[in-house]
Amino acid sequence: MRGATQARWAACAVAVALTATACGGGDSDSGGGGADGIVSSSWGDPQNPLEPANTNEVQGGKVLDMVFRGLKRYDPKTGEATDMLAEKIETTDSQNFTITIKDGWTFSNGEKITSKSFVDAWNYGAALKNNQKNAYFFQYIDGYDKVHPESGTASAAALAGLKIVNDRTFTAKLSQKFSLWPDTLGYPAFAPLPQQFFTDHDAWLSKPVGNGPYTIDKYAKGSSMNLRKWDEYPGDDKAQNGGIDLKVYTDNNTAYTDLTAGNLDLVDDVPASQLKNVKADLGDRYINTPAGIIQTLAFPFYEKAWDTPDGAKVRQGLSMAINRVQITDQIFQKTRTPASDWTSPVLGADGGFKEGLCGKECTYDKTAAKKLIEEGGGIPGGQLKISYNADTGSHKEWVDAVCNSINNVMGDNKACVGGPVGTFADFRSQVSQQKLSGAWRAGWQMDYPLIQNFLQPVYYTNAPSNDGKWSDQKFDDLVDQANAETDKAKAVSTFQDAEKILVQQMPVIPLWYQNGSAGYSDRVSNVALNSFSVPVYEEIKVK
Amino acid sequence: MGRYVIRRLLQMIPVFFGTTLLIFLMVNVMGDPIAGLCGDRQCDPATAAQLEAEFGLDKPVWQQYLTYMGNVFTGDFGTAFNGQPVTELMATAFPITIRLTIIAIVFEIVIGISLGVVTGLRRGRPIDTTVLILTLVVISIPTFVTGLLLQLLLGVEWGIIKPSVSPEAPVNELLIPGLVLASVSLAYVTRLTRTSIAENARADYVRTAVAKGLPRRRVVVRHLLRNSLIPVVTFIGTDVGALMGGAIVTERIFNIHGVGYQLYQGILRQNSQTVVGFVTVLVLVFLAANLIVDLLYAVLDPRIRYA
Repeated sequence: MRGATQARWAACAVAVALTATACGGGDSDSGGGGADGIVSSSWGDPQNPLEPANTNEVQGGKVLDMVFRGLKRYDPKTGEATDMLAEKIETTDSQNFTITIKDGWTFSNGEKITSKSFVDAWNYGAALKNNQKNAYFFQYIDGYDKVHPESGTASAAALAGLKIVNDRTFTAKLSQKFSLWPDTLGYPAFAPLPQQFFTDHDAWLSKPVGNGPYTIDKYAKGSSMNLRKWDEYPGDDKAQNGGIDLKVYTDNNTAYTDLTAGNLDLVDDVPASQLKNVKADLGDRYINTPAGIIQTLAFPFYEKAWDTPDGAKVRQGLSMAINRVQITDQIFQKTRTPASDWTSPVLGADGGFKEGLCGKECTYDKTAAKKLIEEGGGIPGGQLKISYNADTGSHKEWVDAVCNSINNVMGDNKACVGGPVGTFADFRSQVSQQKLSGAWRAGWQMDYPLIQNFLQPVYYTNAPSNDGKWSDQKFDDLVDQANAETDKAKAVSTFQDAEKILVQQMPVIPLWYQNGSAGYSDRVSNVALNSFSVPVYEEIKVK
Repeated sequence: MGRYVIRRLLQMIPVFFGTTLLIFLMVNVMGDPIAGLCGDRQCDPATAAQLEAEFGLDKPVWQQYLTYMGNVFTGDFGTAFNGQPVTELMATAFPITIRLTIIAIVFEIVIGISLGVVTGLRRGRPIDTTVLILTLVVISIPTFVTGLLLQLLLGVEWGIIKPSVSPEAPVNELLIPGLVLASVSLAYVTRLTRTSIAENARADYVRTAVAKGLPRRRVVVRHLLRNSLIPVVTFIGTDVGALMGGAIVTERIFNIHGVGYQLYQGILRQNSQTVVGFVTVLVLVFLAANLIVDLLYAVLDPRIRYA
């Protein structure tokens, strides 16, 4: 009897072990770099469902960049917006635009791309009921406030400003003059969508269909995506490789280890802890190029103490007390460049980047810094607290370094302290609910390479990302004026005039421009990062 | 026995509700999940309000908890922020972690108990001392060090294994991660078995068995080992839950997309549905493992009876 009981237990244990392990048979080759010109690349789990107007982070954006092409495309090298599906976009008054689509474009399922593909997609993206996180991209189109009111329910189902003229032409009326608007249309949110997206949404989400150089072959949510070259792709930026296998890594250190072990071809985020070894490990297969990201220190203008005329002097003084060169060299190993304006080098001189626009106010100067802060009445509350989220991105190190720099200047060990916040979500909720009374780490990653995008959404009165609630009438006027300019060069220089007000007021302190970093195996060549720090996948060649 | 099981099952109910409520409250005080969802820029207020309504975050916490528990009993664990049902995440994550846990437990049982028996019977000899020192070393080195070291040596330098596990996580790729996960517990199992064996080796019933002239193998396996396994079984049983929940470090190092990975992502993105759902299942695993351990006592030692 007792023996039987034991045998039963043993059988049970074996059965459990078998059922749990039996499902683990799968082929083990699919993970590594494969044959047939397939490039394997690191990936992160996209935070939101993969829809063009709902993807606002790099990982999902990577995929959209491979499977979608919009009216415009940003040149991978220069960042300049060039026509892709658009044959022409015409306007006489910077407010009413007529858009003509090129003939011969289809989605990868064979469906023809017409004006309707765009208008339906944009109406979907803007509508409040669809919860699209990038809805605000459509805010300039007339009727946006009806389909996406700030509160309450929508009073219209479609954007009044969009009208289909015929299969290849549609018009867009904006609610204000915006001469650079066509240049924003390269952003993925403006991509066309096939009818399946609207008729069978769930099926589309599990395997998105687009019109780019790649099609999605297999998508295992949360772990991998296999993209294959679309042979009938009509564009001239055809894929130079057979396909891309994206593999989700929980930790970019593991991705880097896989790369050095020859198990992976491309890592587009070299972990900070490996920067010391990267030269020895990869040699010239390491890329470190500027991206459209600037990091800043923001201040609470909803707090009386900071919103004073003298406050500007204190902020200028603090800006001069930060030794940007030393911090970018020692902490970031030159993967950041000290900032001297509020845009990014990826814009280029023509696009509005102006090195040194901030001048002496952004240059380290111990004595002048201390003098300015004291003239302005000292740091409000006697101490500057810089809040940051401690969960990702090694923010602690640089915040401590910035504080050290300020403390050195002030000759006071307690003049500046770091204020860690546990999670990113908590940090963001404290910022957006205006709970912070000191400074906090901020930054801006561009949506499209335009100087407008670096200034208006962040510093315009009540703009969506103006978290510090800074407001300046002269700045607002100059931005409005720049948007109304029909001449691009004139618009850019007016934006720069607006930027000069930032030098005087210093609503946020520019710290440094962030670079994109990547490393690749010796199996592949022609690897580059575009100005959004996303690899230009279609140009990668496999040896 | 039957009544004992029923009583234990009834006891589980308050424990289950208590733990889930605690987790629910903890996740909720961490801040506003919607704020993290939109990244570095603020969600526009209208969309944020819509999302809050969709995830039920606009209601008071007690109401959220009641709705959530109500749904759980119908098998609906809610939706993660990326639009996937949490049950779908569980269906991909749990088999992988269970496989990893089983491998770890097998290592613990096979290596741990064998070493324990060998050293327990040869107390004070060189082999005993060597194993004692080795287990001390293993216990004192944190898992992430052993993990990274093995990954570097076996994966990068010698190329014996792949440094990262592929998404399907087949058994052969999980062997090394399983060993890493098991390492500390394995050392404890060895030491526990050794002490227990050494103690019981001097017991009267062993002396009787030997005096009866039973073969040594039978004395060790049937009499000595069986009685010495009780503390070891207790340890391994509670370890099942600990291994499943505590695999975060190992899973992260070897890029295994299991429970630890989903929990980590859920906490990072403050996705309460994911976190509470996974923890709820882990709580159930803990409770079940403890029950099985208690029932196993009776099998190992007939003197233990349950009314």
